[in-house]
Amino acid sequence: MSPETPEQAPAPEEQATGTDPKPEEAQVERADPRNPVSWLPTLVETAVAIAVALVIGALLVVLSDQDALEALAYLFTYPADFFNAAWDAIWSSYSALVRGSVGSGDRLATTLERAAPLICAGLGVSLAFRAGLFNIGATGQMVFGFLAAGYVGFTWDLPPVLHMLVALVAGVVAGALYGGLVGLLKARTGAHEVITTIMFNYLAASILLYALSKDAFQRPGSDNTQSPPVADSATFGSVADVHLGVVLAFLAAGGVWWLLERSTLGFELRAVGSNPDASRTAGMNVSKVFTVGMLLAGALAGLASTMQVLGDQSSLSPTLAGNIGFDAITVALLGRATPLGTVLAGLLFGALSVGGVAMQASAGTPKELAQVLQALIVLFVAAPALVRGLTRMRSSASGSTVQAKGWGG
Amino acid sequence: MKKTARIAAVVSIAALTLAACGERSNDEADDASSTPSASSSAPAPAEQVDFKACMVSDSGGFDDKSFNQTSHDGMENAATNLGVQTGEVESQSDSEYGDNIEALVSQGCNSITTVGFLLGDATLAAAKKHKDVDFSIVDFAYEKAPKNVKGLTFNTNENSFLAGYLAAATSESGTVGTLGGMNIPTVTIFMEGFRQGVEKYNEDEGADVQLLGWDGKSGSFTDDFEDKTKGQAIAEQMIGQGADVVFPVAGPAGLGALQAAKDADVDAIWVDTDGCVSAAEYCDVLLTSVVKAMDVAVEEAIAASLNDEFSNEVYVGTLENGGVSLADLSDDVDSEVADKIEELKEQIISGELEVK
Repeated sequence: MSPETPEQAPAPEEQATGTDPKPEEAQVERADPRNPVSWLPTLVETAVAIAVALVIGALLVVLSDQDALEALAYLFTYPADFFNAAWDAIWSSYSALVRGSVGSGDRLATTLERAAPLICAGLGVSLAFRAGLFNIGATGQMVFGFLAAGYVGFTWDLPPVLHMLVALVAGVVAGALYGGLVGLLKARTGAHEVITTIMFNYLAASILLYALSKDAFQRPGSDNTQSPPVADSATFGSVADVHLGVVLAFLAAGGVWWLLERSTLGFELRAVGSNPDASRTAGMNVSKVFTVGMLLAGALAGLASTMQVLGDQSSLSPTLAGNIGFDAITVALLGRATPLGTVLAGLLFGALSVGGVAMQASAGTPKELAQVLQALIVLFVAAPALVRGLTRMRSSASGSTVQAKGWGG
Repeated sequence: MKKTARIAAVVSIAALTLAACGERSNDEADDASSTPSASSSAPAPAEQVDFKACMVSDSGGFDDKSFNQTSHDGMENAATNLGVQTGEVESQSDSEYGDNIEALVSQGCNSITTVGFLLGDATLAAAKKHKDVDFSIVDFAYEKAPKNVKGLTFNTNENSFLAGYLAAATSESGTVGTLGGMNIPTVTIFMEGFRQGVEKYNEDEGADVQLLGWDGKSGSFTDDFEDKTKGQAIAEQMIGQGADVVFPVAGPAGLGALQAAKDADVDAIWVDTDGCVSAAEYCDVLLTSVVKAMDVAVEEAIAASLNDEFSNEVYVGTLENGGVSLADLSDDVDSEVADKIEELKEQIISGELEVK
């Protein structure tokens, strides 16, 4: 399985700057494609990370449960009380988490729909990672997608399928242009993408707020900062209980895999990601690769934005982007910046998000628990040595970490 | 081996000793029954009834020290006073409102309160689908609501008018200021009422008190309900321009404005809740607070649903029904001014004076 994990171990890198050589530093290490068991440690590490996170989460559930806390006070008199209460709390929370996210076809559909924008935006971050760029700007790119797809969706009057396609293209193109601008700035002026993407997020948020204060983006007869929803003709149709966006997300993942592993452009992206100086020496146009890399990353974030506007038919509001742009970074990290990994991580985060709501609704567990679980999983994945220590796994050379070569690269 | 044995011994001794600590509540209950006076301090909660009241927040969450939190207090009061069960979901993003309402419906909620205009569409859609559940929505009203949806709105321009008059009458520099969290109707209604109150004072007394931060159409906004530094920066600017009363309408971001007022030793007016309770550290700079009793409205809506008296008639909080009010005036306010405020309040209630 996992045809997308493979990448040749990077060639020994020459430290061009030479000021601060870190010989032991792990580059983007990935499994050897020819060795079928080489991805196993990665899989085991991720599974252990999730398990450890669930155990810590269980402790938090117990500590936030009133009955368990009351029983804790007389733990030594009636220990069974405490353990019963603790078990009840853990069981009700986690069973609600599972039932709420994948318990029925309906819940599964919600999970898939919630995961779709995370997968798309995560793919954008992953793609940029592979080109050595740390794209923090998925939020801003999505906001531009909202503006374009939304505007086309609720003002233009077109026949059903065409309207949806035009709105979709508008959202993707707007995201691509906003992302591409970051790449262009880096290629032309050397402006660091971490700084520019963060600043562009603020810029996009302010532009969205400004647009929503104008009549063109407001509902008729209302001064609230909320746009009308897009026309029905512009919404994604549904395919087997989920909207078309979910299918598009999986297609996008396949496309990114093909691009990275099978195309010339993808080779250039990966080469520049591994070592821009060597790539330049080899005759590649590094500026072009940076620009195109960010353009594509922005397009994927724009695609993510259409999931909400055209898929869920959400109205534009100042807070519509939510945390998706930042969760995309963790999704990409958890997925080791590979398309398949990103899809799986996106599905996991989608399930945690939907299941988190079910935990609140039925078990009264605070919503923060789902977020804590997400954070813990990423923490343990980002620190493989910690997990290996916990499980006494043999330290192999193949720790899978993703590293953006942004600073000084 | 020796070490293990020692540890085992310590553990068993500890267990035996600690067994004396702590009491199970059942034991306490037995004790309490013999001395009933011990528990008389807390009012007994109402008897549990088979009714579930639920609430969905907007993406601000129930701990926003603002309208989500006040609405949530209403549901908790209902749990205490009416004995209803509760359920709640805090929304993380705008796209999940519909799913979150559905999640509560599937938990068997009889009444669901949604907080904020952003949930307007999702609430309406859910109400059409689940006709046996009563929905109420804070700060929003539909032109044509289904039978099971109640809008909860507040004429906060009425009490803000009184606050504007009070500010103008108290100001010595002849300049007062207001700032908002965002240019949306639920915020600007306060600022507009405040503006008219200042104008009323100018007309009545032939004075020329200037208002900074709102001219009836546009004004000063933090564009953020969280960031205190933004509220503080705008308030400092206004105080620099001579304002000696500031009225922030920006949720927690407005706390920064109170800090600015405290630093510069000028007066302020708090919003939504009684500042002397919710932001007690600033009580000494507060002239009064413009109270918007969302908790009362939410509790009333839940009670109506419980007693089968629910209607889709929009609830409008006014000075008359106590849905909006001014908190107790500070002792620094002249009794003459206080009397005048009371007089204006009566005029607004009787309809003699109209606040637009």
